[in-house]
Amino acid sequence: MTQYATNFLFGIFPYICFAVLIVGSIARFDRDQYSWRSGSSQLLRRKQMRIGSNLFHVGILVILFGHAGGLLTPIFIFDALGISHGAKQILAMAAGGGAGILCFIGLTMLIHRRLFDPRIRNNSSFGDIAVLLLLYAQLILGMGTILISAQHLDGDEMVKFMGWAQGIVTFRGGSAALVAEVHPVFKLHLVLGMGLLLVFPFTRLVHIFSAPIWYLGRRGYQIVRMAGR
Amino acid sequence: MSHFLDRLSFFRRQSDSFSDGHGVTTDESRSWEEGYRRRWQHDKIVRSTHGVNCTGSCSWKIYVKGGIVTWETQQTDYPRTRPDMPNHEPRGCSRGASYSWYLYSANRLKYPLIRGRLIRLWREARATLSPVAAWASIVEDPVKSKSYQSVRGLGGFIRADWDEANELIAAANAYTAKTHGPDRVLGFSPIPAMSMVSYAAGSRYLSLLGGVCMSFYDWYCDLPPASPQTWGEQTDVPESADWFNSGFFILWGSNVPQTRTPDAHFFTEARYRGAKAVVVTPDYSEASKFADLWLHPKQGTDSALAMALGHVVLREFHLDNPSDYFLDYCRRYSDMPFLVRLKKQGDYFVPERLIRAADFSDGLGETEKAEWKTIAISDATGDPVVPHGSVGFRWDGSGKWNLEEKSGDGKDAELTLSLLETKSDIAEVGFPYFGNAEHDHFAGTEHPDVLVRNVPVRSLNLAEGETFVATVYDLLMANYGLDRGLGGDFVATSFDDDVPYTPAWAERITGVEPKQIIAVAREFAENADRTEGKSMVILGAGLNHWYHMDTHYRGIINLLVMCGCVGKSGGGWCHYVGQEKLRPQTGWQPLAFALDWARPPRHMNSTSFWYAHTDQWRYETLGVDEILSPTAPEGDWSGSLIDYNVQAERMGWLPSAPQLKSNPLEIAAAAKAAGQEPKDFVAAGLKSGDLQMSCEEPDDPANWPRNLFVWRSNLLGSSGKGHEYFLKHLLGTKHGVKGKDLGEMGMQKPQEVVWEEKAPEGKLDLLVTLDFRMSTTCMYSDIVLPTATWYEKSDLNTSDMHPFIHPLSPAVDPLWESRSDWEIFKGIARRFSEIAPEVLGVEQDTVLVPILHDTPGELAQPYDVEDWKREDTMPVPGLTMPNVIVVERDYPNLYKRFTALGPLLEKTGNGGKGMAWKTEIEVDQLRAINGTVTEEGPTKGLARIETDVDAAEVILTLAPETNGQVAVKAWESLGKTTGRSHTHLALPREDEKLRFRDLQAQPRKIISSPIWSGLESEHVSYNACYVNVHELVPWRTLTGRQQLYQDHLWMRAFGEQLCVYRPPIDTRTTKPIMASQENGNKQIVLNFITPHQKWGIHSTYTDNLLLLTLSRGGPIVWLSEDDARRAGIVDNDWVEAYNVNGALVARAVVSQRIKPGILLMYHAQEKIVNVPGSEVTGLRGGIHNSVTRTTLKPTHMIGGYAQLSYGFNYYGTVGSNRDEFVILRKMNKVDWLERPLAEEAAQ
Repeated sequence: MTQYATNFLFGIFPYICFAVLIVGSIARFDRDQYSWRSGSSQLLRRKQMRIGSNLFHVGILVILFGHAGGLLTPIFIFDALGISHGAKQILAMAAGGGAGILCFIGLTMLIHRRLFDPRIRNNSSFGDIAVLLLLYAQLILGMGTILISAQHLDGDEMVKFMGWAQGIVTFRGGSAALVAEVHPVFKLHLVLGMGLLLVFPFTRLVHIFSAPIWYLGRRGYQIVRMAGR
Repeated sequence: MSHFLDRLSFFRRQSDSFSDGHGVTTDESRSWEEGYRRRWQHDKIVRSTHGVNCTGSCSWKIYVKGGIVTWETQQTDYPRTRPDMPNHEPRGCSRGASYSWYLYSANRLKYPLIRGRLIRLWREARATLSPVAAWASIVEDPVKSKSYQSVRGLGGFIRADWDEANELIAAANAYTAKTHGPDRVLGFSPIPAMSMVSYAAGSRYLSLLGGVCMSFYDWYCDLPPASPQTWGEQTDVPESADWFNSGFFILWGSNVPQTRTPDAHFFTEARYRGAKAVVVTPDYSEASKFADLWLHPKQGTDSALAMALGHVVLREFHLDNPSDYFLDYCRRYSDMPFLVRLKKQGDYFVPERLIRAADFSDGLGETEKAEWKTIAISDATGDPVVPHGSVGFRWDGSGKWNLEEKSGDGKDAELTLSLLETKSDIAEVGFPYFGNAEHDHFAGTEHPDVLVRNVPVRSLNLAEGETFVATVYDLLMANYGLDRGLGGDFVATSFDDDVPYTPAWAERITGVEPKQIIAVAREFAENADRTEGKSMVILGAGLNHWYHMDTHYRGIINLLVMCGCVGKSGGGWCHYVGQEKLRPQTGWQPLAFALDWARPPRHMNSTSFWYAHTDQWRYETLGVDEILSPTAPEGDWSGSLIDYNVQAERMGWLPSAPQLKSNPLEIAAAAKAAGQEPKDFVAAGLKSGDLQMSCEEPDDPANWPRNLFVWRSNLLGSSGKGHEYFLKHLLGTKHGVKGKDLGEMGMQKPQEVVWEEKAPEGKLDLLVTLDFRMSTTCMYSDIVLPTATWYEKSDLNTSDMHPFIHPLSPAVDPLWESRSDWEIFKGIARRFSEIAPEVLGVEQDTVLVPILHDTPGELAQPYDVEDWKREDTMPVPGLTMPNVIVVERDYPNLYKRFTALGPLLEKTGNGGKGMAWKTEIEVDQLRAINGTVTEEGPTKGLARIETDVDAAEVILTLAPETNGQVAVKAWESLGKTTGRSHTHLALPREDEKLRFRDLQAQPRKIISSPIWSGLESEHVSYNACYVNVHELVPWRTLTGRQQLYQDHLWMRAFGEQLCVYRPPIDTRTTKPIMASQENGNKQIVLNFITPHQKWGIHSTYTDNLLLLTLSRGGPIVWLSEDDARRAGIVDNDWVEAYNVNGALVARAVVSQRIKPGILLMYHAQEKIVNVPGSEVTGLRGGIHNSVTRTTLKPTHMIGGYAQLSYGFNYYGTVGSNRDEFVILRKMNKVDWLERPLAEEAAQ
């Protein structure tokens, strides 16, 4: 991989993706409120939905928060806690692998019903199917990285990714070089992951922003507008 | 500004709580609510209704948004009723609320469609030939015509344009008129009240052409023959608001909440007011929830129950403890006091005909029409008198046709009901008993064929000598089996006696407990006695669809008459079946039948027509001997059912279509050449055999119907009883008929019709259907024309359930290439006029007209029946054969006539039901309203009828119900015949004129008119026969009273002088086929019942996605748990029901609410929705009528006899189908037949 490509894909592309994610989401939220939805197909068919969707969501949420926590937590915190790099890597592999398996089973079921249930298929847009397949590919790549990681359990590679991710989000130049030499599977995983951010505003993934969690903390059962507004 | 930025209000967000923190106030943006608000915003609301035969006639708001019809809601601006009465609104139901689905649905017809094989032949022929010659080249070539006929029903339509479709239709009509006669062009369209202008469009075209308009009410079997028999009235019923005035209901076979949904609230309100309700249905129907008592007799035995109720009422309220009110009512308003001649027949007497003034040597002073004036005994003098009001007085010009208690000589005459006190003798009178007939599925009793009972009689000195006479009242008492102390057999003193028609006897037939029968009868009568008649029977057509429907109905009518309920507010007979009440009828008729240009039009009774021309008669297994009375008078009663129909047609009792084997356009010229008047020429020709009636050879190509228009109807998906016979013989396409005809079975063939060894297949050259949706009928048509929906055209709609007249209005213009029915037929008329000169000019058309009710002609044969063909007499037109009238047809000017109001209204006037009045003023008003024709030609200066609104104005201006000054003229006309003044009923509204725009502004009540027997006023709700009882206007019957005794020769032959119980007939359709079609699953035989459903109305809505979703989304049949267990069927199984008539497939609904022995299939489930192939026929499923075949009843063919005279949709044969049985079994293989047609796959 040329240095230019490395620099573009891991130094500049992340910012393009974030920009599209933010601007695209706000634009869609403002211009097309009725399309801001999860597009659930539960009303069309319950079959495979309860198990598939729950497995998928549990798995993907664990993975998502695992990635966020694992990559963005400064390394000195682990050092201070006395967790070795190798131990953290094994923890990440185990937790991610377990969640990945749940997610894989769930996603497989969802894809199956999406593609092979005629009623669901006929009600699916290109985007609905594409998102599922992209996630599937990303998940398989992610699971693939576990096999590679298993060959060197010292945690060095992992620290590189932490450095890269923290460098990107803290706007430090030169982060791309940190991942220049990692295994191509990791690279694919990274690029596809950022690609997901790129398509995010244009698909049903936007429902992540509107996950109905605020209800949990709401006081009162009835919401009434104030007089005069 | 921005949904996103608006949310960034963390620092100024205010929040507070209330109700202990259960509620929260917020000031955050609620602009998202606008989305919901906009959802219900709209650009305009248009008032329209649904042109469907549901009796609802509800006013609806149609919402339009961005040029799209979006939804509809119920109108709530009906005028109030009166204080202390509930209002009519809101009216509507789930069916109506889902109608807007049709406008943009995939099932909507968008363009004219023509069968592909036909259009290719047509285009090929038209390349070289003129239109009529092109059509001739196709239909005269059997290979060509078969090629498109044989694929009817199998798709293959291609889009055409209007010009091409109109030209093809016009050419076919012109060819048929020229080659065979215009009476080979027919139109079937039902129920004008659904959309009067749309009906009139087609019927006006056909009438100007000389084509035939076919009846529907009788064919649907909704016409209750008992109504014309008893009242001389097609059907007249109380509006639903009048239910509120009632104190006791029997809801008999009518499912009010399900099929009269908009009116059901009146029933609930009446119940709140304290009315008691008894519900009589074999199944636990939705209406049963209203019941204080639910009776569930065996289906088809209702007359046995009615007779037992009558037995109890007569015993307790006429004999043991007489009600003065009942006796007075019966004396004044029924034929019970009238005298019947008794005739010795073997060992006993048989009640014969009513005696007449002419039977006395001095005529009792009567000289005019004395043979039509019936006789009773004066209570004061004990002498026979001629009471006012009999039909003889109606037509003798004396002004004594009224119900005043006077005799013809002007003296007061209170009539004697019974001769019990003044009898000279006791006679043994024989009454026929049919309840002992053997039937596999209906219980009988072992009583003898003839029940001889004692009747008090008097001997009168008539011209013929001393003669025994009895009153109808005394005969009625004997007929009901009541012991009056005269001794003898077959009379009961106790309700427990096993004698027809006691409650104990009825239990054996119906399964209903005697104590329940006694309680219901007692309470019904007691309420009527105390309230002077406020007991009511609401009945549905389920009872009327049995072969012997008249006995069910007469049993109930008897009950009402003996309790004095008919014509009383809150009382009477409520037969609700369809929108038969065309309130502005007399304004509509001139428009619809082109009476402004030529009279008379051609009408046909459809039942006899379809029976003959779908060749169902060739399969008839019911012998006349099975239904003939053991007390039948001497005579030749052999022959088959169609023989009786042929007799009736040639005697002018029933109409004919086609009429003569010869082309009627050629008769007048032939008569002229022979130097004879056309009517003499036809009479002589028929007698000599030079001319023949078409009915004698229905299978001869010369007599085939050739062109058929179907509009506003789903004939082949809904009402076509004997569906598979339609497909086989009329259409000539693939069919599921499994039985053999009489020839193949080697059975006795009819005597009066010619039997062709090979039955024709494919009589019809062209079937044109107009619809807005792809119905089953459209699938079988050659040309399908897309019409405007009910939200896209202007039209009028009325119902018998309320007194309002509703408009249909265009909310949007007709979508795609659809056009209103008015514009479609106008377009065909225009093209016809252009191409007719190729073969037709101004022609003389000889029309045969049957002897019509409400005309002086109804006094045709007073005593015996003279059949000129069997006897050595010459036929006399209008007396013993149809009238013969020559009418001029101006074919090149047909279009001009279509669009202008012709001169006959000014020359001859208008009228109806025996009344006539002048109409010059109204015609002038129409010139002012619609404008006059300014183009040169035969119509210059006449009022225009260019648009559907013009047509509506013609109806509204000419009808007494919508034009007060016409109403006054009509009452004046009636007053001349009755000798009484009735104009006070309409004078308060004389200046009112309802115009089309008035109706669009708000529903308007009609004005009281003598065309109907009820009043609509500020004081009473509309109730049938109210005018008869309160204005002393006679019923239009022989005696002028409610006629419980039917004395016509044919009535006596079939034992129905008085009401009797008659069990269902044996249709013999399951046994011949049961063994040969086994599929290994258990087969059971069930009675096939087809009531109206919740998810559709008549022929519409069972293809509506919204309602299909609420139902099971396809064809279903209901059966009981017991029967399901017996046949190994579980709920939702695919099952097949079949018999020799054909087969149908459906899913099974297994329900506790169904009585064992019944298979219930809701009417008109479309063949186009989710119907797989049948294992028996190998063809797609079939519809409910695939297993039916209709059977005629000779007593319905009677004509030329006062109330038993023909009228369009008034009397005639009715298409019964409830006596049918089917074999039911689970299917092995569900085949959706999703592959090419075999013959095409082979190519």
